[in-house]
Amino acid sequence: MTHLLAVDIGWGWTLAIKTVVVLGLIPLGALILGYTFLLKMMSHMQSRLGPMDPGGFHGWFQLVGDGMKFLQKEDIMPEQADRRVFALAPAVVVISTFLIFVVIPTGPRLVVKDLDVGVFYALAVSSLSIIGVLMAGWASANKFALLGALRAAAQLIAYELPLLLAVVGVVVQAGTMNLNGIVTAQQNGAIFGWDGLGNPYILTQFVGFALFLVAAQAELTQTPFDMPVAESELVSGYMVEYTGFRFLFFFIGEFGTAFAFAALAATLVLGGWALPGVHGGTADLLGPLVLFVKLMAVAFLIFWVRFTYPRLREDQLQAMAWKYLIPIALANILVTGLFKVWL
Amino acid sequence: MIAQNVAFWIIALAMAGAAIGVVRSTNVVHAALYLVVVLAGTAAQYILLAAEFVAWVQVLVYIGAVVILFLFGIMLTRAPMGHETDLDTDSRWSAAVVGLFLFGVLTALLVDAFGDKEIVLHEPTRTAAVADSIFRTYVLPFEVVSMLLLAALVGAVVIARRD
Repeated sequence: MTHLLAVDIGWGWTLAIKTVVVLGLIPLGALILGYTFLLKMMSHMQSRLGPMDPGGFHGWFQLVGDGMKFLQKEDIMPEQADRRVFALAPAVVVISTFLIFVVIPTGPRLVVKDLDVGVFYALAVSSLSIIGVLMAGWASANKFALLGALRAAAQLIAYELPLLLAVVGVVVQAGTMNLNGIVTAQQNGAIFGWDGLGNPYILTQFVGFALFLVAAQAELTQTPFDMPVAESELVSGYMVEYTGFRFLFFFIGEFGTAFAFAALAATLVLGGWALPGVHGGTADLLGPLVLFVKLMAVAFLIFWVRFTYPRLREDQLQAMAWKYLIPIALANILVTGLFKVWL
Repeated sequence: MIAQNVAFWIIALAMAGAAIGVVRSTNVVHAALYLVVVLAGTAAQYILLAAEFVAWVQVLVYIGAVVILFLFGIMLTRAPMGHETDLDTDSRWSAAVVGLFLFGVLTALLVDAFGDKEIVLHEPTRTAAVADSIFRTYVLPFEVVSMLLLAALVGAVVIARRD
């Protein structure tokens, strides 16, 4: 039997299909996360009745209603605003999200571009969103927006280091930054000689995984790290002047990036698309589904924390990154390196 | 190679335009945002040269950190909106002369050194190869540079501390 994906349709069509898939995947992922966690899980955890009502069964219509509301809203731009930068800022945030998806593999051959620098590329382009946030905050010509943007920049820079360093442990253990390489290294690994499950790196890199989750929580500005948008003090931070469709862009950026980071974490430590004993064409077929289940588990952790903890103070936030996360991440790299050399 | 050359000139022209924007802009924040375009263009040129790792380091370090710090500093202190009049100085002509002179010297130098060389590129340089050359062949210079940077970092903290 020829391989499922062995059909050659030329690079033009391949590029077009890949672009459409990525362009469709981010809003879809953002909607799935928003619906499952923001509307349903939060309503259950915090006894919120509103999102459980529209449409009858379990409030399934709420998301459609929200979407229609965003489309109807007037597109407002403050009079003092810097018009071009104001309009460009949401696009920068969303483009940064789109670019992450380029390297995330959903099967042995189902990946937009299997870059050799893989995970490094993903973290590099995810840092571009800070530019969009600063642009939005400044161009709004609003004190609250500017303060929110400043907080966001300070926070995202502080937590980018632990995010990168947390991944280094996995990269050292797998011996590659290529995400498909990391998946196959886990699939073909063995736990003390027993290879029934492969060797998901969560067993050895649980410290790295925990650091990655905390840093990702801060990068996504989810509670307890939501000072940049803190609705009770800064109204909504850098997003305060944005309405309707432009606001929707920020929403998609936030939840789309959460989707991407969850997929990244699932790929790095939970084995990504791999299922024990599944190889070749079957893995291409099942891969997206397997990855989806794993990334939803990771996203559940992210949003569980978000709906449980209160906001940290700004100094606590900085102290946590510089005094705890970074030293722990460095120690993790050291220990992983020692094991890599001696085992 | 034709595709590469066309891409090079498109990116180079965009970079040059953005670089003029950095200097000519009447708003500091706009200047910093033009700088983002210049630095992104540099990263794109690295990709054309098949230096993938260097390109993304450029994005992470320069766009993701250095420009952010610029913007952060500008917004923390003044965050000016609209046009400013005090960004121009009288020395703009002498600055233009110096800039043109530097451009001429660098062009002459590069043409003289690499003018007739052609680099054949097939595959992107593998990150493992970059790591091997840094940590095996050039490990001593690498360590010396990192000690130097560490010393500069500690020095900056010492100077900045007031207590």
